[in-house]
Amino acid sequence: MSFVLVQVIVGGLLLGAVYALFSSGLTLVWGMMNVVNFAHGDFVMVGMYVAYVVYTLLGGGPLVGAPLATLLLATLGIVVYFGLIRDIMKGPMLAQILGTFGLALLLRYSVFWWFGANFLSLPENLVGGTFDIGGIRIQASRLLAGVVALLVTLGLHLLLTRTTLGSRMLAVAEDSTAAQLMGIRPDTMQAIAWAIAAGATGLAGALIATFFYVVPTVGETLGIVAFVTVSLGGFGSVPGALVAGLLIGVIESLSGYLIGAVYKDMVVYALFLGFLWFRPQGLMGKS
Amino acid sequence: MSKAFSSEVGTGSREENASRRESGAGNGSGPLLKIEHLEVRYGDLIGVSDVSLEVPQGSVVALLGSNGGGKTTTLNAIAGLIPAHSGSIRFAGEEVAGESAFAIVRKGLALSPEGWRLFVQQSVENNLLLGATPLHDKARIKTLLERVYDIFPKLRERRTQRAGTMSGGERQMLAVGRALMSDPKLLMLDEPSLGLAPAVVESMYETFGRLHREGLTILLAEQSIELALEVSDFATVLQVGKSVLSGTAAALAEDPQVQKAYLGA
Repeated sequence: MSFVLVQVIVGGLLLGAVYALFSSGLTLVWGMMNVVNFAHGDFVMVGMYVAYVVYTLLGGGPLVGAPLATLLLATLGIVVYFGLIRDIMKGPMLAQILGTFGLALLLRYSVFWWFGANFLSLPENLVGGTFDIGGIRIQASRLLAGVVALLVTLGLHLLLTRTTLGSRMLAVAEDSTAAQLMGIRPDTMQAIAWAIAAGATGLAGALIATFFYVVPTVGETLGIVAFVTVSLGGFGSVPGALVAGLLIGVIESLSGYLIGAVYKDMVVYALFLGFLWFRPQGLMGKS
Repeated sequence: MSKAFSSEVGTGSREENASRRESGAGNGSGPLLKIEHLEVRYGDLIGVSDVSLEVPQGSVVALLGSNGGGKTTTLNAIAGLIPAHSGSIRFAGEEVAGESAFAIVRKGLALSPEGWRLFVQQSVENNLLLGATPLHDKARIKTLLERVYDIFPKLRERRTQRAGTMSGGERQMLAVGRALMSDPKLLMLDEPSLGLAPAVVESMYETFGRLHREGLTILLAEQSIELALEVSDFATVLQVGKSVLSGTAAALAEDPQVQKAYLGA
């Protein structure tokens, strides 16, 4: 295999890890309370703008931008849960779709209003330079984003499966009435799930902003990536989202390299449709 | 054999009860749980219309009646899963009607619900630890876990297994064990014999007898009246959402009405 091909695959894996990170938030919220958050991609977009402000206007680096975007978005997640989700959960599915879609538009056009519709990009040298590992050249910004995203996604999986908090969250997901009989307050666990889910988008946004274009409509593109990742991985499964995210990253960059950048999304979705034909519950979902 | 066993247990606990009530008279203690004229509605439907019952400290009280009599509704209302439309539910002297379920279990009132409602995706041990959510002292949780494992050695064997892979009898053990993990003052059991093999039911009831002797207060909803009266000190009979008969288990077992309606005498 040529060095270039390996480089393309590694690049795809690194981007895929970021996809996995923000998609795991979407899958968590679905798994916990059967809510589909159509604003999820726009949460990532807001994270990107928070990072943009930190990187350019405030002069901070990713060490400041990433934690700040995580915290701000986690707070936004809690506000959105108590201000919107808790009420629309009681309504029909249509209320969820319209409610979260409305939220997406609100976020998107608020950012339009503040920053305008121009493509913004961050200074190239924000995360300096390029690594050369045995002939494979990787931008430091992508390496940082990929590795951090991978570790945080794995951490989220461990949180859910190995800790008391995770066990309580999964208990609410499985049977919130029975969870109440244990003394667990479902509201608290669901708010925590929203904080984690939105915090993950904030972190992913801050990481991806170091090498991705920044524009108010980017949430639409990333939102679709998140939905595909979550359906491919299986709704509600964090490990599923991780595998699916990496897979989509690799397929995307391979088809971009082999067929052409214009067609890469088409290839991803065509393969995705074909896959769902055979396994509608996703890689790790329950049928 | 079990008849003698239960009457012996019954008398013992009633005496102990009386002495507890006397010693506890200082803090104005009446029965641990006292329900008066409870009414529960599901929208326009009436779940129970008028239920009154008392559970003295340290006793086992059976809530009897046929299917649809309102046993589950009554227990769910006490646990806070469904709101009381009217009436009062006093637990340890405090009105709890209108409180949320997660707040009520923290006061020491645990329910092992109808159909067990286990977290089938999680391990046996995680299910038990979830039951200890109201507690914060790690050492105490560990002691309780060991105690539950001593009562149900099967659960210790299966502690890493997913709850969903267990048999009916094991699930019943887990449901009871999970409720015990909150170290309740009052344990409510909803139809613990339902769908279980007779041998399993017998050992389950032996366990209830043991818990009773150790001083636990139990409110037991049971369709199988004969079985329930064997382990109980007192009983209340529900009929179409009303408590129609209350008394000591011994008196109810002798009651011609109960005998005719339920015991097939």
